[in-house]
Amino acid sequence: MNRDLNIKVHHLTRVEGHGNIVVNMKDGVLEKAHLSIVEPPRFFEAMMKGRSFHEAAIITSRICGICSLGHQLTSLVTTEAALGLEISEQTRLLRKLLVHGATLQSNVLHAYFLAAPDFLGAGSVFPLIATHKDVVLRALRMKRVANDIGDIVSGRAVHPITPVPGGFTRIPEKAELLEIKRKLLEEALPDGLETVETMKALAGAIPQFERETEYISLKHPDEYALYEGAIFSSDSGLIPVENYLDVTNEYIVDHSTSKHAKYNRNSYFVGALARWNNNNSQLGDEAQAAAEAMGLKPNCYNPYMNTIAQVVEAVHCILDSVRIIDKLIDNGLKNEKPNQTPTCYGRGIGSNEVPRGILFHDYTYDNKGNIVAANCIIPTGQNLANIDDDMVKLVPEIINKSKAEITLALEMLVRAYDPCISCSVHLLEVDFIE
Amino acid sequence: MKPQVAFFDFTSCEGCQLNKLNLENDLLDILKHIDIVEFREAMDDKADFYDIAFIEGSISSPSCVERIHDIRRRCTTLVAIGSCAVNGGVNAMKNLHPIDEVRETVYGKDKYLFATLPAMAVSAVVKVDYEVRGCPMTQQDFLKLLISLVLGKEPPKYGSPVCVECKLKENECLYNRGMVCLGPITRAGCDAICPSFGQFCTGCRGLLDNSNLDGMLELMTSHGISLDEAKKRMLLYNSNEVQL
Ligand code: SF4
Ligand code: SF4
Ligand code: NI
Repeated sequence: MNRDLNIKVHHLTRVEGHGNIVVNMKDGVLEKAHLSIVEPPRFFEAMMKGRSFHEAAIITSRICGICSLGHQLTSLVTTEAALGLEISEQTRLLRKLLVHGATLQSNVLHAYFLAAPDFLGAGSVFPLIATHKDVVLRALRMKRVANDIGDIVSGRAVHPITPVPGGFTRIPEKAELLEIKRKLLEEALPDGLETVETMKALAGAIPQFERETEYISLKHPDEYALYEGAIFSSDSGLIPVENYLDVTNEYIVDHSTSKHAKYNRNSYFVGALARWNNNNSQLGDEAQAAAEAMGLKPNCYNPYMNTIAQVVEAVHCILDSVRIIDKLIDNGLKNEKPNQTPTCYGRGIGSNEVPRGILFHDYTYDNKGNIVAANCIIPTGQNLANIDDDMVKLVPEIINKSKAEITLALEMLVRAYDPCISCSVHLLEVDFIE
Repeated sequence: MKPQVAFFDFTSCEGCQLNKLNLENDLLDILKHIDIVEFREAMDDKADFYDIAFIEGSISSPSCVERIHDIRRRCTTLVAIGSCAVNGGVNAMKNLHPIDEVRETVYGKDKYLFATLPAMAVSAVVKVDYEVRGCPMTQQDFLKLLISLVLGKEPPKYGSPVCVECKLKENECLYNRGMVCLGPITRAGCDAICPSFGQFCTGCRGLLDNSNLDGMLELMTSHGISLDEAKKRMLLYNSNEVQL
C-alpha cells in the first residue's frame, strides 16, 4: 500500500520519563520509526566527580526513583570492587532479598498500572478502580508486600537508607523478617497466582509480533541471575562483567538524548524477556507453571511478552524471598557492622539485573576514596536500538490498520519494554534537528 | 466539586511521584476526595485547568522554563514536592562546577552543541505556594499537606532541626558512633528516618533558617573528616543555598 503516515506521540504516557514516538512513511516507504528521548539532562557523571565512597550510592540512587534500589546496589558492588571491600554471606542474602522486593514491586507496577490498561482499553488504572476493583486491590496488596521488604530491610523502598558499602547500617530483626514471610505466603503468593490467571485471560490482547534478536542478561551457575553473575549473550555466550564495554558499545544517535548500544548485531534486548530466554531453566516449578499457563515459552521472540515474563518473575521473587528469609534465620541474624576499610584504590566495575535489565556502573577512586571517574550504563539505553528495530519491522506488518490502531500498537510496544527514561538520560541531552 | 489535581515532573528521578503511588493503603481513599486530572506517569488524560498542581523536579532547561510558566498560568495552587523542586536538590551539584566543565565531562569535544541551564528550584522561576520537602518526600508529609489543602487548612510548618526528632526517638547520636551527620542544621519533618536506621542525615530537607554553618563544619571536622569532605557533605542537597 502506497501510504503516507505521520505519527507523533508527544510525551508518551505511562512510562517513566519523557519520550516521543515518531513514525514517518511516504508513498509506502518507511522513512523514520523511532522512539525519541527528550528528557532534560541530569549530568550524574559530573556530579559524582570528587565525591567520597560514602556518598556514591546515595547520589546514584537519585538517578531514578523507580530503579533506586538497583542503582544503589550496583553502586555498592562497584565501590566494593574498587576498594577491595569484602561482604558477608548475610549481607549478600539481605541484598538478594531486597532485589526480589524491588523486582516484585516494579514488575507488578508495570504489569497492572502501566501495561494492563491497554489490554482493557482504558487510558489509565484509575477507571479500572470502578470496573475491576478486586484486580486493582490485588495489585496494591502485592505492591505493598514488595515495598514492605524495602521499607523493613532497607529503611525505605524508594531511595533505600541502610545499604552502604560493605554491609548494612541496620540489620532487620527476626520478627520483622517472619512478618514479611507471613505476608509473602498468605497474601502475595495467592495474589501472584491470581495475577497469572488474570494475565492468562488478557493474553488475547497481546499483539502477535516476532523479531528474533540478541538477548543479553547476567547468568549465574546456581540460580536465576539477578544480584550476581557474568554477562551472557544469546548470540555469543559468557563475557566477564569487567569486559562490559565490549558488549555495550554505546553510540550517539540524533533522535535521542540517551545513547544507544549494540553488540553482535544492530541492537539487543535486555530485561525480563532476555532473562527468561537466557535463564528460564533455573526457575522453580511454580514460575515455570505460571509461564506455561500464560503461554510464555523458551526462546520467545515477541517483545510484547516482556510483560508476561515480568509476571513469571514476580512469582519467582515471592517464593525465592521466602527461601532467603528461611536461610537468614537458619544462619542466625548477626548484628554485623559494615566493612568500610579499603584494601586498595582504583577502578571497579559492577553489574546487577534490575527490573528493566542489566545495569553497569564503573568507578575509579583516588587513594583518598574519592571518585575521579564514573560511568553508568542503563538498561533502557541498551534497549532503545532494539525498540527502533522492532518499530521498523512492525509498522509495515500492520500498515493496513488505521492510524489510531498503529499508534496504539507502537505505544504498547514501547510500554512493553517498561522503559525508564529517567534512568536513561542520566547523562546526555542532544538537541535533535528534524 | 472535588479539587482537580495534577502532577508534573521536571528534572527529577520521579521518586517523589513514585512514593505517592506507593501509598497503597491510602490510595483509594485519597481518590474519593480529589480528581486526578493529569499524571503522565500513570495516565493518558490531559486537562486545561487545575486547582492544585504538584511539581516534582528542578528547572534545568529552556523548555522546562516555558512549561512551568504555562502550568502556573493554569493552576490555582502550586506545590513543589521533593528537594529537586524545593531547592534544586542533588541536581544542583552540577551548578558547583563551571558549566563548561560539566558539559565537557559529558559531551567531550561536542560540548557546545547542547543548551543547558543551572538546575534551579521551581520558586526561582514561578511563585510556589507550598512545599513538601525531602528526597524523597515522605508519604506522610505529602498526605498531611494534601489533606490540609482539601480541607482548606494551613499545612504544618517545620522549624526545628532533625536532631529534635532524632532525640524524641531515643536514637544514640551517630557522632558517638564515629559518624558525621547533618541533623543539627537540617529542617525536621522526616521523623529522623535516616539516623533511626543507623545512617547519617544527608540534609535532604534543606537548611533551617539561620543555621550556624561554621559551627556545623567545626563539629564535623572535629569528628575526623577533612574540611573539604565536610563542605562536600553539606553541599550534597544545599548547593543552591550555601556559599562556602
Ligand atoms: S527529591 Fe529526591 S526523590 Fe524526589 S525527585 Fe528529586 S531526587 Fe527524586
Ligand atoms: S544522629 Fe544526627 S540527627 Fe540524630 S542527634 Fe545526632 S546529629 Fe542529630
Ligand atoms: Ni529507572
